[in-house]
Amino acid sequence: MTFEEIKKILQHKIVGIAGAGGLGSNCAVALARVGTGTLIIADFDVVSESNLNRQYFFYDQIGKPKADALKENIQRINPSVKVIPHNICLTKENIPALFRDCDVIVEAFDLAGQKEMLIETVLTEFPDKPLVVGLGMAGWGNNDVIHCRKVDNMFICGDEVSEITPDLPPIAPRVGIVANMQANVVLDLLLK
Amino acid sequence: MKIILNNNPEILEGNSITVNQLLQLKNFTFKMLIIKINGTLVQKGAYETTAIHDGDEVLVLHLISGG
Repeated sequence: MTFEEIKKILQHKIVGIAGAGGLGSNCAVALARVGTGTLIIADFDVVSESNLNRQYFFYDQIGKPKADALKENIQRINPSVKVIPHNICLTKENIPALFRDCDVIVEAFDLAGQKEMLIETVLTEFPDKPLVVGLGMAGWGNNDVIHCRKVDNMFICGDEVSEITPDLPPIAPRVGIVANMQANVVLDLLLK
Repeated sequence: MKIILNNNPEILEGNSITVNQLLQLKNFTFKMLIIKINGTLVQKGAYETTAIHDGDEVLVLHLISGG
């Protein structure tokens, strides 16, 4: 498939991204670069200086809502992508309405409890919708244990063991690998 | 009975076991979990009442923070 053919397919696709942190911002940018038609991005947080070690934001965006800042950045990369930002905290009540029309949903949260809530909600409300989860990417090195596996309609990307601690922070290279791995799975699903 | 737990065969005593009993037996102490039996999500409140039977395929996914 040529890139022109890829773009033609992708322009009609809608991807939901739950969280615009390390996973969500990098995954969204990769999907925007290849020409995904619509990205629905939800995050309640604002950009802070400590985010810049891994998240696709800039120093002059500190204080801005992440969903808006990410839209800004994506439009500088590829203005043909439609970005729908939601500056809200996702809950099991609002997720169904927000992501109903998505071809694929990307789980890109930080906290385990939020991941659990999103996965439970998607598996309950949309059991047939592909869900791409990021799980385990703290620290550095250990490229070889990062993997992707499929469980029914859920795709799990990461090493599944490296939880963040003060001595094992989430930082750009490994978070970026998993975010791009998620984008790669999304692409694979969209082009099938 | 024989079940498949996270892609591995497991031999367990008896004809059935509840999800909670399985978690205790396997020492799965993580608080944040996704559990599926034969591809269907088990809701959080149903761990005590949902039974696993011979031949069932069980997924227990531990959720950890980071992203």
